[in-house]
Amino acid sequence: MWPTCPRIFRVIRDLSTTMINQMPSLCSMYRFQWEEAQSCYVLLYPEGMVKLSRTAGEVLKRVTGKTTVKQLVSDLETEFPGSDLESDVLNFLTEAKKNGWISF
Amino acid sequence: MAGSLSSISGKPLWLLAELTYKCPLQCPYCSNPLEISKYSNELTTDDWFRVLREARALGAMQLGLSGGEPLVRKDLEEIIAEAHRLGYYSNLITSGVGMDADRVAKFKTAGLDHIQISFQASDKELNDFLGGTSSFAHKLEMARAVKDQGYPMVLNIVLHQKNIEQLEDIIKMCVELKADFVELASTQYYGWSRLNIDYLLPTREQVTKAESIAKRYQTELEGKMKILYVVPDYYEKRPKACMNGWGSIFLTIAPDGRALPCHAAATLPDIEFPNVRDNSIETIWDDSNAFNKFRGFEWMEEPCRSCPEKEKDFGGCRCQAYMMTGNAAAADPVCDKSPHHADLQAEVALIEKTSHNKNEPLIFRTMKNSKKYQAEKKLNLPQN
Repeated sequence: MWPTCPRIFRVIRDLSTTMINQMPSLCSMYRFQWEEAQSCYVLLYPEGMVKLSRTAGEVLKRVTGKTTVKQLVSDLETEFPGSDLESDVLNFLTEAKKNGWISF
Repeated sequence: MAGSLSSISGKPLWLLAELTYKCPLQCPYCSNPLEISKYSNELTTDDWFRVLREARALGAMQLGLSGGEPLVRKDLEEIIAEAHRLGYYSNLITSGVGMDADRVAKFKTAGLDHIQISFQASDKELNDFLGGTSSFAHKLEMARAVKDQGYPMVLNIVLHQKNIEQLEDIIKMCVELKADFVELASTQYYGWSRLNIDYLLPTREQVTKAESIAKRYQTELEGKMKILYVVPDYYEKRPKACMNGWGSIFLTIAPDGRALPCHAAATLPDIEFPNVRDNSIETIWDDSNAFNKFRGFEWMEEPCRSCPEKEKDFGGCRCQAYMMTGNAAAADPVCDKSPHHADLQAEVALIEKTSHNKNEPLIFRTMKNSKKYQAEKKLNLPQN
């Protein structure tokens, strides 16, 4: 596995660099909403659902198609002071894109 | 960061509203009960509104509008609009017969989230034969209308011996129709399909081939079209985690208002299923004997009770256990730890050997056949 690792790291870094100025939006197949009965955010799609952790929910709440990732991270850091969230957010957005939840 | 379904528990998340058992199609593998003709006393629009409201308050998010053919209900648009107002993600599960482009657009305005259309086969001849009606061309047209309106589209094809050989053509048809998801659902043998099992059960060889085709296309079409392949459990060694456990997340309401933990549960004996006309959804879910009967693990017998996998598959399907052993609390005979597994294997082997030679016609899902079988007191599903 070792020989391939540096390449993977580079890909992630490149993706992050370009991602930071992009404005992600939720794919049309998914609906994001707050669920009072479960006290959590969820993603709903044809015959399926994903319960989101608090942090994932806070990120996706800001995925509107009108906010850059940079702005989104800064918003989150304002709301949750004292934390460096950039890498967590980028990892989550990369995962969310892979799952087909969001696009850039 | 994302959680999963299993971390939410205790309340119904999935509400399946079987609005009517009337259907213009007559598929011989229909999962509806054989007694469809007895369900003329359908819930009213207001009844459904109350069901939607109460289930939503408990936490239900996914709503399946199903049947029979839900399009038969004249108040479908109203029900969709109410579901949307309440915040459901609503799924219309339909044959497409009874729909036109105008109605597809009206559903969109009412707030419908997704449409699933079923196809019986990839060609007109077989599709129309299995459905008992000329519907293939209309289905194609409706699938295009659904995409034109910008809905996510799932195409559902029930697989069995009569169409499993054309799986590749079926997948190609779905690609051409630009489906987002394709559900290749191997027939599960309940109700009408159990009655016709001798003519529907594919051979092990056919199943193995179909699985490899499905897998190949899953890889090839990754990122474009998602393919869900539901394995035929009669050829498995472990049972399916039926309904994710009894009374765990699924709630079905039959056309007459009976509340069921799954749509086949009415076949089980000695359980009085509560009706939404007499009880609130909360009472039904929390307090009824029916919903508590196989909840959790206390009801289990051996080999399930001490099985390390019981939290994974919940002992399989209660209906299947009853059908094949006469005891609804037994292990699902699909499991090779079940003392009845050998019987199931013997039955499957016998069908495999003889099914191709059978000349008797398929028994189609019609009100007439339903009445006939009730009159002849052949209500009980075939027993081993």
